[in-house]
Amino acid sequence: MALISLLIAWATRAPRPHPEVGKISLSFWRLPVYALYSWLRMAAAYLISLLFTFVYAYAAAYNKRAEKFLVPLLDILQSIPVLSFLPVVLLAFIALFPGSRIGVNLASILLIFTGQVWNMVFALYHGLITIPRDLRESALSLNLSPWQRFRSLELPYSMVGLVWNSMMSWAGGWFFLMAAEMFSLGNKNYQLQGLGSYLQTSANQGNWTAEIAGLLILVLVIVLMDQLIWRPLLAWADKFKMELVEGDIRARSAVLMILRRSRLIEWLGNAVLSPLLEWSDRWFGVKLPAWRRKSILSSIAGLLRTLILAGIIVGLITALEGTWRLFEHVSGAQLLLVFEATGATLLRVLTSLAISVIWTVPVGVFIGSNRRWAKMLTPISQIAASVPATALFPGLVALLIHVKGGLSTAAILLMVLGTQWYVLFNVIAGASAIPEDLREATKMFRLKGIRVWTTLVLPAIYPYLITGLITAAGGAWNASIVAEYVSFQNHVYTTFGIGSLIAEASTSGHFPLLLLSTAGLAAAVVVINRLIWRPLYNRATKRYSLS
Amino acid sequence: MQYPQHTEPLVRLLGVTKMYVQPDNYDILILDDITLEIRPGEFVALLGPSGSGKSTLLRIITGLSAPSFGTVLYRGRPVAGPNPHAAMVFQSFALYPWLTVLQNVELGLQAKGVPLAERHDRAVKLIDLIGLNGYEDAFPKELSGGMRQRVGFARALAVEPELLCMDEPFSALDFLTAENLRSELLDLWLESKIPTRAILMVTHGIEEAVYMADRIVILSKNPARIVSDMPIALPYPRNRKDPAFMQIVDTVYKVVTGWNDHPHQSSVADLTEPKSPDRPHLRPIPHGHLSMLSGLLELVADRGGRDDLYHLGSELFLEVDDLLPVTETAELFHLAEVKEGDLYLTDLGHQFVEADVSERKEIIRTQLHDIPIFRLIDRVLQSKANHAMVKEFFNDILEEHFSVEEAERQLMIAINWGRFADFFHYDTDTELLYLADDQLLSSQDVVQDSE
Repeated sequence: MALISLLIAWATRAPRPHPEVGKISLSFWRLPVYALYSWLRMAAAYLISLLFTFVYAYAAAYNKRAEKFLVPLLDILQSIPVLSFLPVVLLAFIALFPGSRIGVNLASILLIFTGQVWNMVFALYHGLITIPRDLRESALSLNLSPWQRFRSLELPYSMVGLVWNSMMSWAGGWFFLMAAEMFSLGNKNYQLQGLGSYLQTSANQGNWTAEIAGLLILVLVIVLMDQLIWRPLLAWADKFKMELVEGDIRARSAVLMILRRSRLIEWLGNAVLSPLLEWSDRWFGVKLPAWRRKSILSSIAGLLRTLILAGIIVGLITALEGTWRLFEHVSGAQLLLVFEATGATLLRVLTSLAISVIWTVPVGVFIGSNRRWAKMLTPISQIAASVPATALFPGLVALLIHVKGGLSTAAILLMVLGTQWYVLFNVIAGASAIPEDLREATKMFRLKGIRVWTTLVLPAIYPYLITGLITAAGGAWNASIVAEYVSFQNHVYTTFGIGSLIAEASTSGHFPLLLLSTAGLAAAVVVINRLIWRPLYNRATKRYSLS
Repeated sequence: MQYPQHTEPLVRLLGVTKMYVQPDNYDILILDDITLEIRPGEFVALLGPSGSGKSTLLRIITGLSAPSFGTVLYRGRPVAGPNPHAAMVFQSFALYPWLTVLQNVELGLQAKGVPLAERHDRAVKLIDLIGLNGYEDAFPKELSGGMRQRVGFARALAVEPELLCMDEPFSALDFLTAENLRSELLDLWLESKIPTRAILMVTHGIEEAVYMADRIVILSKNPARIVSDMPIALPYPRNRKDPAFMQIVDTVYKVVTGWNDHPHQSSVADLTEPKSPDRPHLRPIPHGHLSMLSGLLELVADRGGRDDLYHLGSELFLEVDDLLPVTETAELFHLAEVKEGDLYLTDLGHQFVEADVSERKEIIRTQLHDIPIFRLIDRVLQSKANHAMVKEFFNDILEEHFSVEEAERQLMIAINWGRFADFFHYDTDTELLYLADDQLLSSQDVVQDSE
């Protein structure tokens, strides 16, 4: 409390002269700076996500009592769309930093964080609970300290999942870039200097040259990140796979090779990293247990724990009371409205999934079955997939806005654009995993055309298809918020759905409706996951898995 | 190795008991009142059938797991948490795939806080000793199984443990590799090239135990009790063809298979009985595969209707652990009997060998009617109007008698046998056990019998 009041005092004493609305200049020269701002915000959000991931996943994996509510809570949090967090986050930070841009910046970072963090937590939690028993026991019998266990067993074991999910998180961050840099609450508009607001502003003004320039920079940043960070990381993470035979396809990266062979890295490893590890082992391994034994500290820790618990309980009660207050204003008509809106969005999500399946299954099977094509097409499709669909959205809207039902079509298209890749990549993976002997057997029995598909291809890709569809559905629900509510050329267009309901409620500061519609969306996602996707997935892995 | 009696024991187990607590109060007893001493200079083999809890006992001795009752003392002090003077070698090697050979070996020294340079020296020396020099920078996935286990040994020995614990260290290796590693380890041990004071090895291989250990402790199963504790006085190096060696192997075989003659002494159902006297006995069925059963019986029939179990096992390249479930199944179906390490075919067994496939199914179907689990399944399926029941239902019943995994395994075997004998049908997709029309008729009489 003291710390927070100090922070507030500091924030109020040094008010920044900047207005809350940053001016966006459409000059091309500002683009690299904007891109840097956006990237820095994303990086900050990612770092916070990483920290949060470690704390949350550790608590969920190692504390049986915490696990019981942390994991279901994660399920719910994951299904809450980013923009629903906006008003709370924004109000809190603007209250903390009145009259300065820090608050808005922090709010933006926190918004990106809420979009990035959940799948990473799931990845680490899953990694921690699936560590093989013998590896765990060997760490125990070698008497590794908790810190050593973390750095030589738990972190490496979860590394592959963590890297993949970091990539997905960044992709998700780019997807909501525009929403996270320009938002309005009540009748106030907030705008941060960055690539997202640049794109949004140029679309608003109908300045297509600027729009295309911004898009190019965005793609450039994403491709650079891919080549300089993700590809080397993935190739590096390959050594953390739990396989005891060398896989035939290994992730490769020229950048990683250069780094691995460079003298500088070798020197850094010998002169910096290994003394650092030594020091950390001593610091955490020897001193930590010694501290713990002291009774004063343990009693302080106990006191802290009770305080935190009390804080959580008080927070929960206030939150519940607040919810109750908010729901007092809710009428039956609004309930019906939320219900109908969820249904409308559900239809859009289903249509978008159907479109994705119709085109990705033939294409994915084709790519997956032909190694030569796979080699050529995979990098292209990966770059295509990395372009955030929301950046293309203004163009789509411009084309379709004057047609009847145009925005609804555009919304479905945005969902397809944003989520089709999950389906495509999974289908490719499934098709390339079909064993050669099964293909040969199919040829021997002279199965042709549709029979090949029903007896071999479809069953073989089914588990992969379901995995892709689950991810795609989640993405589509989340995308509904930016898809159903668009501000374009200084005019707001909406189409009926739960996404537009949430966006409207958030913009107008109508909290009861915001809470209700968010709950409606979250409930729909969780219920559909539990009742449809999970059984389908279980059945798919049981019945159609090829191993 | 001589058999020192007067030294202070390294490890003392006093009445160690382990049970797995089930949510419905029917706890499963794994280890029952184990009292054991391990003295310096001893190489002890813990021998027992699979599922006898010998690995659990090993984990209790190393402090990886705590007993439900009883005490574990190490040099007179109670063990709480992983014992720093003990090291462990795992069946699955348990190497870290992301660490090189050298880093894997250094791991335990790192935990002890040994400085970098010294750690490196000691690890390299051990890698030399264990015959892996040149592979320091290799990753485990680049090594063969035998070399991986060498790394496992080096990693355990690096911390200079007083007590070296090994959990079936050779059973994941092929025959030649395992033999090679066994003799190398024995050399290190006998010539005192390693500072280890005592070795404790869990195994299910009788020959392996007799070949390596100077003392064999034999455990029973359901729950594990010590049935025999015998010193092996043969001088090293031991020769498997030596008559004295074969004599001892045969004796151990008799002890291992012998407790089986009194199956009533220790079944899980007995243990739960006092709590609810009217619960029916549900004795576990052995994990035997029916195709192996046919093959074994045919072989014994060719030998004139009886053969020595040890002989059979070595001829079929089967460890006693793989062989016993099959012979137990044969006994359960009254097709054969085990007496003093020999397997005899019964009249029904001869009839079975002569029969064709459908007659064999008939014989087994008749036998299944006498087995409690099948009686239960049959009764339930008969009494239901649609003659079908979900697998989950039986699983729940079995879980009152067995641990969760064992219940699942029992049901899997039951479904396998039931399908083979055309006793009932099972649909994998719907997870339903059900009776077809022809199965209905034949089982009707049985229901009336048992009522």
